[in-house]
Amino acid sequence: MADTAVEHGAEAGGAGMPQLDFSTFPNQIFWLVVTLIVIYFILSRVALPRIGAVLAERQGTITNDIAAAEELKQRAQEAEAAYEKALVDARAEAGKIVDTAKADIQAELDVQLAKADAEIAAQTAESEKAIAEIQAGAADAVKAVAKDTAKEIVAAMGGKADAKAITAAVTARMKG
Amino acid sequence: MADEAHSAEGGLSFHPLDQFEVHRLFGEGPIHWYTITNVTMWMAIAVVCIVLLLVIGTRKRAVVPSRTQSVAETLYGFVYTMVEDVTGKDGIKYFPYIFTLFIFILISNFLGLLPMSFTTTSHIAVTAILAFAVFFTVTIIGFVKNGAAFLGLFWVSSAPLALRPILAIIEVISYFVRPVSHSIRLAGNLMAGHAVLKVFAGFAQVGFIIAPVAILGVVAIYALEVLVSAIQAYVFTILTCVYLKDALHPSH
Repeated sequence: MADTAVEHGAEAGGAGMPQLDFSTFPNQIFWLVVTLIVIYFILSRVALPRIGAVLAERQGTITNDIAAAEELKQRAQEAEAAYEKALVDARAEAGKIVDTAKADIQAELDVQLAKADAEIAAQTAESEKAIAEIQAGAADAVKAVAKDTAKEIVAAMGGKADAKAITAAVTARMKG
Repeated sequence: MADEAHSAEGGLSFHPLDQFEVHRLFGEGPIHWYTITNVTMWMAIAVVCIVLLLVIGTRKRAVVPSRTQSVAETLYGFVYTMVEDVTGKDGIKYFPYIFTLFIFILISNFLGLLPMSFTTTSHIAVTAILAFAVFFTVTIIGFVKNGAAFLGLFWVSSAPLALRPILAIIEVISYFVRPVSHSIRLAGNLMAGHAVLKVFAGFAQVGFIIAPVAILGVVAIYALEVLVSAIQAYVFTILTCVYLKDALHPSH
């Protein structure tokens, strides 16, 4: 154990730290330089260009995909606009059809109404004529009855009925 | 110190610093600069891991990534954004260098957390080289891009005239302290964390009352060390970006 400790101390040099054993420095420095040069050439010739290319390619792919997505979105928006327009047109068309139908119905209605009015008017006129006839008939009958009655009354009063005078009197009375 | 612990506890031995020793992988003898050591091995493992993650993991070049590719892309995006945000557009061309530093430190830190492993980034020799490389590169870039105007970094033109020389001295000192703090921060954090882990592991040998507590401590410190590993790699990288920004745009 003492042997190893002495050996150890001798190897490690000052303060027992292998880091401060200057005899190993040339060795470490030489191999470090070799290692760094090897790593540098591997990285700069193979690894870094490759990784850079892969990253650039991915970025390109992503950019293209985004552009494609943008285009699809625009097309979807256009389709939506077309759909909206079609809907508006259809609504306008429907409104027009409704208006036309309303106008047609109105015209038909007006014609029918006019016809009905005319018929009603004709019938009214006919009825009035009939009523007038009936009235005239009734007035004549009343006149005849009144004349007869007046003649009877005058006769009953003991007078001699003057037909002409009675007719004139009845006519005047009926007019009044 | 190890001996004291040994004699006091009887059979208990603490060697929290043994894990940092550099030794030959094959045979005996002195360590030369070219000797294959555990440093070589663990740096090679780091390279293999980086290749697995960033090259093999991304070989399909999938637009919809697999898990490994997703991790590689996240790391790439993380560092790229950091470089772009901190240094601006003209710092992007230094991205491969910064990413090299980041991925090396990150992978080495995580590999160091494997039991029985060797943490290359816990050595001041390694982190100092990284930090001085950043320091010299950034200074040279500063002078090449801006010429003498780069010295305007030390001349705080928004301060009152009387204060400017004093501030300039402080700025110069702080500029030259950068590589020191930059390297010691990384190595110190990792070394301390790993040493503490080892000390807790040593206590776990003691007995039935201390051992569960020590093991809980190991688990807690380990979790903290995972966090520290990632954060120190991040801190090293973002400071590199900040220094680079100073070099590219020295005016305050």
